[in-house]
Amino acid sequence: MHFISPVLWQFLVNWLTHFALFPPEASTIAPHADALYFFLVAISLVGLVLVLALVAGFSFLYRQERNPVATQIEGSTLLEATWTIIPLALFMLAFVWGAWLYFRIYNPPTNAMNIYIVGKQWMWKAEHPGGQHEIDSLHVPLGRPIQLTMISQDVFHSFSIPAFRVKREVIPGRYTTVWFEATQEGTYHLFCTQYCGTLHSQMIGTITVMKPDDYEAWTEGSTSGMSLAQNGERLFASMGCNACHSGSAAARGPNLAEVYMTKVQMTNGSYSTVDDAFLRDSILNPTMHQMAGYAPIMPTYQGQISEEGMIDLVEYIKKLNSNYRIQQTLNTSQVQSSAQNPAPSQSSNQGRAQQTAPTAPGMVKP
Amino acid sequence: MSTILSLPDQTTATLPKRSYLNDGYGLKSWLLTGDHKRIAILYLISITIFFFIGGFFAGMVRLELLTPPTDLMAADTYNKMFTMHGIVMVFLFLVPSVPATIGNFLIPIMVGAKDLAFPKINLLSWYLYVVGGVLTLSALILGGVDTGWTFTTPLSTHYLNTHVVTAGLAIFVAGFSSIFTGLNFIVTVHRMRAPGMTWFRLPLFVWSHYAASVLMVLGTPVLAITLVLVVLEKVIGIGVFDPAKGGDPLLFQHLFWFYSHPAVYIMILPGMGVISEVISTFARKRVFGYTAVAFSSVAIAVFAFFVWAHHMFIMGISNYSALVFSLLTMLVAVPSAIKIFNWSFTLYKGSITFETPMLYAFGFIGLFTIGGLTGVFLGSMGMDIHLTETYFIVAHFHFVMVGGMLMAFLSGVHFWWPKMTGRMYPEGLSKLAALITFIGFNLTFFPQFILGYLGMPRRYAAYPPEFQVLNVLSTAGATVLGVGYLLPMLYLTWSLKYGKIAGANPWQATGLEWQIQSPPLTTNFEETPVIDYEAYDYEWLANKTKHEVQTVG
Repeated sequence: MHFISPVLWQFLVNWLTHFALFPPEASTIAPHADALYFFLVAISLVGLVLVLALVAGFSFLYRQERNPVATQIEGSTLLEATWTIIPLALFMLAFVWGAWLYFRIYNPPTNAMNIYIVGKQWMWKAEHPGGQHEIDSLHVPLGRPIQLTMISQDVFHSFSIPAFRVKREVIPGRYTTVWFEATQEGTYHLFCTQYCGTLHSQMIGTITVMKPDDYEAWTEGSTSGMSLAQNGERLFASMGCNACHSGSAAARGPNLAEVYMTKVQMTNGSYSTVDDAFLRDSILNPTMHQMAGYAPIMPTYQGQISEEGMIDLVEYIKKLNSNYRIQQTLNTSQVQSSAQNPAPSQSSNQGRAQQTAPTAPGMVKP
Repeated sequence: MSTILSLPDQTTATLPKRSYLNDGYGLKSWLLTGDHKRIAILYLISITIFFFIGGFFAGMVRLELLTPPTDLMAADTYNKMFTMHGIVMVFLFLVPSVPATIGNFLIPIMVGAKDLAFPKINLLSWYLYVVGGVLTLSALILGGVDTGWTFTTPLSTHYLNTHVVTAGLAIFVAGFSSIFTGLNFIVTVHRMRAPGMTWFRLPLFVWSHYAASVLMVLGTPVLAITLVLVVLEKVIGIGVFDPAKGGDPLLFQHLFWFYSHPAVYIMILPGMGVISEVISTFARKRVFGYTAVAFSSVAIAVFAFFVWAHHMFIMGISNYSALVFSLLTMLVAVPSAIKIFNWSFTLYKGSITFETPMLYAFGFIGLFTIGGLTGVFLGSMGMDIHLTETYFIVAHFHFVMVGGMLMAFLSGVHFWWPKMTGRMYPEGLSKLAALITFIGFNLTFFPQFILGYLGMPRRYAAYPPEFQVLNVLSTAGATVLGVGYLLPMLYLTWSLKYGKIAGANPWQATGLEWQIQSPPLTTNFEETPVIDYEAYDYEWLANKTKHEVQTVG
């Protein structure tokens, strides 16, 4: 029944069978985003049809043949008020609904599992808490809130998963977060949506949503043997952090055990919450957050620790429940430095460069 | 279909003996002119050149996107293409399009003055524009620039070796041309109105240009400062935007959008002015709610400065500041809605004819309504998260800028062409061009809304294959659109020599510019006009015409 060119026919068939108006709805947020979208489409259609009806109707009724002489009308305050207030009311509805959705997308639930993302020209690196590393792909379990803590090591990028309707800018020098809870198994597009240079359009990847059991199996199978916190511990020791942050009363630096998410007093009397960004800034730019009771003697570690290393350190400090581990580390590092040749580091995994002792992973090599 | 087109008897019609066009010949008389009308023509020629250069880049972008992989050009080349398309179209076409050409030509005439307040500054503004244009072209010839028209740091300052400094300098210089135009308009409107020309007798075209001029004068310096900072950061590394030196990379975006959001209104407001004039003329009726339309321009100009962070909802600004900016964004949408409804109601009980400028104006109303309403999608914070940085954004601002502004520009050019040149263009062909443009435009940009909701990111040289169908449609539409833009170029040029003599007031319009000869004298008026009638007073025009007939008879 090919009345038209077979090529065109193929094209049309392909189009009609694969034509989608919406990306898949694969997260808890997606139905909410789509609902708002339908509302906005609806008010747009009403507005557009109204305007077109007015223009077309008046053009027909008052064309010169039917109405040779125009009747001059100055205006109408009532009408002006009508078309000020009704659009304003609809726009306000769009505002409130949009704001509600925004806060929902950007305020993660407290029980979310944290995965770290580092963006660089032109790849995405994901770090799972268990130490699994991925490049341009992200495996997540179904039905569990996932929070992404993201940073760029060069230019602005943007982490976008259309099927989840979430997106957030990934910024150099600052953590940003986004969260989602996947509701459908499958693989979905991951796009960098902020123009980031030559291979911007190649900075893409896949999000794989797996059943919780499969995810467990995947994590078992792709572990590097060291969790992020364990990497952080090695780095903590090798950078000599424990020399000051030993946790003892006479230490020159603040005690870091259980410091995460507490409020601490600064030298200027104000209080700050110790979150991921606070920890990161304190390491790279110590004078930014000067804690009360301590001399400003900490050197900057700018340029000495990679973004992955920073994540390891932050993850380590977050999980630091007592100073016992620090004391342990102190002992180990002393032993290590005297031995000169510690045990070989973990086998390299998925793109992570082989680390040579005694450089801990995450340290920027000179 | 009857028409109000009233051309003089073509067997006896002649162009006026003296006009600004034959007041001095040779290149020098044009390049050193102080006449606002000649400067407007200089601008018209130069922006047309840049429009077609920018259009060429758009064509290359669409051609590359015909197929999913990067096959026509390398990714770097593609990045340069869309960057140059953006820079040329925004800074060298859209910003000066209506104000520097039609506005420059008409503002002095509409207020009843001989010229703008500062004719030499007006000429200087054109020279600065040319310098900016030549610098842009040199950046292009030297190898192009691939920052995107937004010059986002730290990409532009630390990660690209292309001609960022040259392009930045070009926009810096071109920016001053727009500041000078704005300054000239503000002073002219304040100080040079003819006796009896009160603020509320000004045509709405003047009101919207006044509002746009305020934005030009207050906003453009911020862009200039931002570009200087980018250049200093790139050349000597001052570290304002570099996090490694304690700078803030987001600061750039705040500064850039503080200009570039108002710039959207710099581009669209003068176009809105054109639409008010055209709709009124072809409905033969005073604009419905004159004061509401006039003040909505002022309201847009005021709100325009307080919505810039809606470009940054996903950038990690505080959730609460996003909330405030979203609210203000919703407010700025209202004056545009007011205008649309007032234009629609201007048709009510009018006596409407459908000449070419009116067809373009109808195109404007339809496309700008879609463009404006999709702006509400993006102002709604939660929706913006999904839509921003995708083709939805691209479609939205093309509906406003191309569907809105370019339609308004073409409407204005067709409306005032007889006044500028004294000649008419072929009516049938021009209506065809308006239709082709409208169809081509929708075919090009409507699929992009769907692409955007599907999640296709903007500025991608390659894309997943499932997006191909919509991209093919878009590219096909761009071809049609290209024809729609080439046609006016051809027949308008043709009409310069072969067009019918238009006479002083072919549209029977009320504006002051239509009461003088076409093309006007260098001094516009033989004697200073005294204004004793309101704007859009069709009864006054009818009486005047009757009176003239009686005198002749």
